[in-house]
Amino acid sequence: MKFYRMTVLIGIDDQSLKAGAREIEALLNQELNRSQLTDEVNVLEAGSLGFFGTGVTLMVYPGQVTYVNVKLEDIPEIVEEHFLKGRQVSRLTMKPSLTRGYDFNYRRRIVLDNSGLINPEDIEEYIGTGGYEAWEKALLEMKPGEIVEEVKQSGLRGRGGAGFPTGLKWSFTAPLEADQKYFVINADEGEPGTFKDRLIMEGDPHKLLEGLMISCYAVGATKAYIYIRGEYSLCIERLRQAIEQAHEYGLLGKNIFDSGFNLDIEIKVGAGAYVCGEETALIESMEGKRGQPRSKPPFPGVKGAWQKPTVVNNVETIANIPAILRNGAEWFQGFGTDKCTGTKVYTILGDVMMPGLCEVDMGTTLRTIIEQYGGGVKNNRKFKAALVGGAAGVFLPNSLLDVKMDYNNLREYSAVLGSGAILVMNEDADMVDMLWSVIRFFRHESCGKCTPCAKGNELLFEIINEVRQGRGREEDLQEMVRISEAMQQTSFCALGQSLLMPIKSAVDNFRQDFLKRMK
Amino acid sequence: MAGLAASFGSGAMTNDIAGIKKADVIMIIGSDTGAAHPVIAARIKQAVREGLTKLIVIDPKRITMADYAEIYVAQRPGSDVAIFNCLMQVILQNGWEDKEFIENRLEKFDELKNEVMKEKYSPANVEKISGIPAAKLVEIAEMFAKAETAAIFYAMGITQHTTGRDNVMSTANLQMICGNLGKAGGGVNPLRGQSNVQGACDMGGLPNVFAGYQSVTDEKARQKFEQAWNCELSGKVGLTVVDMLDKAYEGSLKALYVMGENPYLSDPDQHHVIAALEKIDFLVVQDMFMTETAEFADVVLPAVAYAEKDGHFTNTERRVQRIRKALNPPGEAKEDWEIIQMIANKMGSDWSYRDARDICREVNELTPQYGGITWERVGRTGLQWPCPTDTHPGTAYLHKDRFSRGLGMLRGIEFIEPDELPDEEYPLILTTGRVLQQFHTGTMTRKTSGINRLAGPMVMISVDDAESLGIANSETIKIATRRGEITAPAFVTRKISTGVIYIPFHYKESPANRLTNPALDPVAKIPEYKVCAARITKIS
Amino acid sequence: MKIIINGQEIEASPGETVLNAALRSGIYIPHLCYHPRTGPAAKCRACVVEVEGTPGLPTSCNLPVREGMVVSTDTEKVKNAQRVVVDLALSSGRHDCLSCEQNGNCELQDAAYYLGIERPSFHFEQERYPIDDSSEFVYVERDKCISCGRCVVGCNQNVVNEVLNFANRGFETKIVFDNDLKMGTSTCVQCGECVQLCPVGAIIDKNARGVARNWELDKVETVCPYCGVGCQLVLHVDRRKNKIIRITGVEDSPTNSGMLCVKGRYAFDFVGSSERLTTPLIKENGKFREADWEEAIALIADKFRLIRDEFGSDALAGLASAKVTNEENYVFQKFMRREVGTNNVDHCARL
Repeated sequence: MKFYRMTVLIGIDDQSLKAGAREIEALLNQELNRSQLTDEVNVLEAGSLGFFGTGVTLMVYPGQVTYVNVKLEDIPEIVEEHFLKGRQVSRLTMKPSLTRGYDFNYRRRIVLDNSGLINPEDIEEYIGTGGYEAWEKALLEMKPGEIVEEVKQSGLRGRGGAGFPTGLKWSFTAPLEADQKYFVINADEGEPGTFKDRLIMEGDPHKLLEGLMISCYAVGATKAYIYIRGEYSLCIERLRQAIEQAHEYGLLGKNIFDSGFNLDIEIKVGAGAYVCGEETALIESMEGKRGQPRSKPPFPGVKGAWQKPTVVNNVETIANIPAILRNGAEWFQGFGTDKCTGTKVYTILGDVMMPGLCEVDMGTTLRTIIEQYGGGVKNNRKFKAALVGGAAGVFLPNSLLDVKMDYNNLREYSAVLGSGAILVMNEDADMVDMLWSVIRFFRHESCGKCTPCAKGNELLFEIINEVRQGRGREEDLQEMVRISEAMQQTSFCALGQSLLMPIKSAVDNFRQDFLKRMK
Repeated sequence: MAGLAASFGSGAMTNDIAGIKKADVIMIIGSDTGAAHPVIAARIKQAVREGLTKLIVIDPKRITMADYAEIYVAQRPGSDVAIFNCLMQVILQNGWEDKEFIENRLEKFDELKNEVMKEKYSPANVEKISGIPAAKLVEIAEMFAKAETAAIFYAMGITQHTTGRDNVMSTANLQMICGNLGKAGGGVNPLRGQSNVQGACDMGGLPNVFAGYQSVTDEKARQKFEQAWNCELSGKVGLTVVDMLDKAYEGSLKALYVMGENPYLSDPDQHHVIAALEKIDFLVVQDMFMTETAEFADVVLPAVAYAEKDGHFTNTERRVQRIRKALNPPGEAKEDWEIIQMIANKMGSDWSYRDARDICREVNELTPQYGGITWERVGRTGLQWPCPTDTHPGTAYLHKDRFSRGLGMLRGIEFIEPDELPDEEYPLILTTGRVLQQFHTGTMTRKTSGINRLAGPMVMISVDDAESLGIANSETIKIATRRGEITAPAFVTRKISTGVIYIPFHYKESPANRLTNPALDPVAKIPEYKVCAARITKIS
Repeated sequence: MKIIINGQEIEASPGETVLNAALRSGIYIPHLCYHPRTGPAAKCRACVVEVEGTPGLPTSCNLPVREGMVVSTDTEKVKNAQRVVVDLALSSGRHDCLSCEQNGNCELQDAAYYLGIERPSFHFEQERYPIDDSSEFVYVERDKCISCGRCVVGCNQNVVNEVLNFANRGFETKIVFDNDLKMGTSTCVQCGECVQLCPVGAIIDKNARGVARNWELDKVETVCPYCGVGCQLVLHVDRRKNKIIRITGVEDSPTNSGMLCVKGRYAFDFVGSSERLTTPLIKENGKFREADWEEAIALIADKFRLIRDEFGSDALAGLASAKVTNEENYVFQKFMRREVGTNNVDHCARL
């Protein structure tokens, strides 16, 4: 084994590729070669390093020096100054004010523990971190029922938004007799402002695969699908590669580890409709039909894809599974709160210093997440509101900044954790505009199946348009609440039921913004 | 009909429409079901789409049902007996037959076996005869025979051949050795082409039987009717339609009374029909319209439409259903029974029916199958015959525990080529049939202008044949046979096999039956509409 | 089993839905997308009810009955929710009842009436869809469509012609033929299943437009005069004009379950055709002249008698008909056999 004096991680994700990461990597290798440093400095590709809006990002160890927005012309200087002479190029480093307090504590990470550290395109690196041990253990040492039990014990809840206990969901399907069962990963990630699943898949695709393999074995599914939105081209590429590698290593296919268990994983590319995040609509779409939700019951766990029992779980949920199996349910319970164990990956966006991802314990307060991980509100402006949980979320005002974020606790404030998107708005933000864009989103994404959603979202959009253009009346606010309440009561699926929360929280908490438009 | 009567003792569709969804496999042969029986086609398509039934379609045209089929093959018209014998050979060779059924319910199995096991019915040979690949024949045999329950649906594509009766008995043979009779979802199911063909047959509108298939040659039956009708009756089997026209042509038939039929367009070899009609001394036509046949009549009587009268129709699954009067007839038009009664009484008789109900009562008395199908009981859903008594629920499928004739009779049937085969002068095979939008001779459908805009005359020809003759789509071309010639626009399509042309027979301006061959099945007396030799030429 | 709806005890059978049990018992619940032949779709959401012990407002069309279930269909909460749903359907599109063909026979109208919606209360800015009258027999006005989906189910699952579907999403959802072709140029075979299933005036019989109001027509059940399937029809008849205005299929018929083909539903002009024969005609010198029944019958009776007496009974023959009733065919063969004395009776069964 070779020892290097320095290691450089280059973040390869969608945004960095667009910013020319490959060209920069090539030039970096060329420059190192020219300076005869190839034996001393190791360049590794990693997934996203967890930052957003930072272009091509390099992270140099030791010291975890982070260069952001690196351009081709910067490379010779970095090689010359930092790698050769040991002087950081301070004009390119992430500003101290931004990283201050930023928690790079990877030990508190479960899902993103490898992201940004290993090369996601190399199965050996994943195996080097203990990867696929859990799969081997599950298949060779555990009965499916024991796995379901372990996951139940862990308290893991679905990370797609609804927070349904994962073990419980599996326990409906696991005992069913069927000639075929399916497991489906919901990687449709359509919630605005959410890209946690993308970074999990880009940064550590094998973790998802391993989790999926264990899950399939637990419920008795021999065919799995990863339903992924078509825009996630890098994820698709990396997952395909990872599946291929897993086959080569005998981790997938027929009679895995001589256990008699067969498993295939296939990627299904979706067209990016928001409603296809709803599990039954996802299944319809997977079957090649219009992406529209189905009536429940029967639930997919009993009659899902092609009428066979089908479990659908979110990417983040399943990425927790290997760690739970490796370390045990009790270890997992050591994270988070009593009712909501484990960690949660948040996407922090909007008027913050450092937009990006963070993985923190369940129950961490909104204030901590915004201030510590988001670097606080940008440009010394005051915090006004955070839209938590995605477009179907709630506008939380200042007074709720210290709310502990988990599924149960938020519900007490009529709010939801949802996909874990946190959109921060400063005092300059106008809630009429914000609500307008949320409503526009739902109007655009309504699948058209049921009357209240198809027509109601259009009507709400027309009303908010009037208000936004100064033609509204105060009664319109009440009318919007009344309509969205009826939609919440009558819509077929969650999509049509969603607008009540953002509308009500916006109108109740930020009424002045609306009244201002009515003069 | 004659074929099924010989095999089972009864000649109707053995099973019912509801049974379609109980079949694991359905074979459609010689029926453009989607065009001629669209609602039964819908039921079959439902069964396929719901995953209940697999469909096999055998037809020289790629009919719409082929789109729903697991296996579709095109046969050369007229090769059906060879195909059935081949399927049976494959089935017997592999032991896929229903041995128990053969043992307990059938007779003359050895006779059948001796015929079908002949080398000439091997898949390889039948590929040469029918054009269906040998492997496909084996595949069909396996799918069909291995099904728990399989049904055959056919129509005029099976019957309108000089070997029509042979074809029908072949379907019966196959279904018998597979044990697909006498159970829900199986059966041999001839689809009746007109609203009340079944009823016309049931009521004795045939030269050999009284109502209820009671033979005119049977002394007892005759006595029964003589007593009931208080008269003496002839025991001599009468003439069939085609015979009637022949006799008229020869001069021995002097008078013809036609009720609601149009032989001018529906009968084969139109020139012959015209000559016959011209020769008849006295022709009476009773119809709603001045039909092409009525033009030849000496007296034409105005009859009423279905919507202007009460009575019953019997559908293809033997279901007797009420028709109800909704409109008053135009002018002085009268119901057919009333007109007949007027003539009878003028001839010195003593008829006194007050309405259709009176007649129905007499039908109930004299027709055993209709004994319990009374005016009062038919209701909104109808009753399926046989229904002998007032308390009988009707019969969904026939031959449950025994055949009408006791044991089902198998027959070894030799394949015989059609009467007229293509030759150098007439190199193509002409076959005829219906389109979805038009009906029979067009007397009714062609009065709706929208229907005519949807479907006009045409001749369907293959792309290969069109190319070799330089014929463009929609180009009006000439079609000739030994009987005559017509013109029609070409419909050039891949839906029909090379060497075969197809003409719907609805149109008086392009009458397909000017071309067809009047050669008859020797027993069933059905003309060979589905095969004759033809030639097409460009006009210009 | 027993369930309670609005305090009333109702006998229900397992597998039945709450909507069915209610409708059967004379309790109306507004519903737009449910039809017995297309099944519960739970799409329109007008049929929501309250069930004791169940959160939210479940749709009754796909809610199976449970022993002892307590259902309310008329609480303020239920009615308010239903009102918004029906009002949304009524307010979007152009539901001009006064001139609508479906007036008096419209399920949206029934729902609005029940809920006391006097006029649509929401305002939608929307473009109008062009009328599609390209088909011979069917008229499509998408502005009246409420996207209930019955036509789509009917086309794909009942008649299985697989032509109709939904295109676009959300508020822009619309029904399309094939890949959004005009109906007349699509692969539609104009069986009219969609017309029969449409609860509003969006898909209607083109040739019956503006001809008669639904309540003026008598409905007479009978059997189709075309092929041998024997589909049961409802003739919608204007008695004063002595005319068939439209034809529909009998929904619960064992032969066709409401389905028809283009002939059975639309090719009925022949009945009222001016070409119909209205008097007996006698040919003289190669030309027909009108005659009265007395004369015509006398002539026929004379001729038949004469020929029979001179050439024997078998010199006469008769063609019965596959298009007339059993009773008429019976009488015809009786006439030929008894009065003429011959078995020369046949019809075109073989042709």
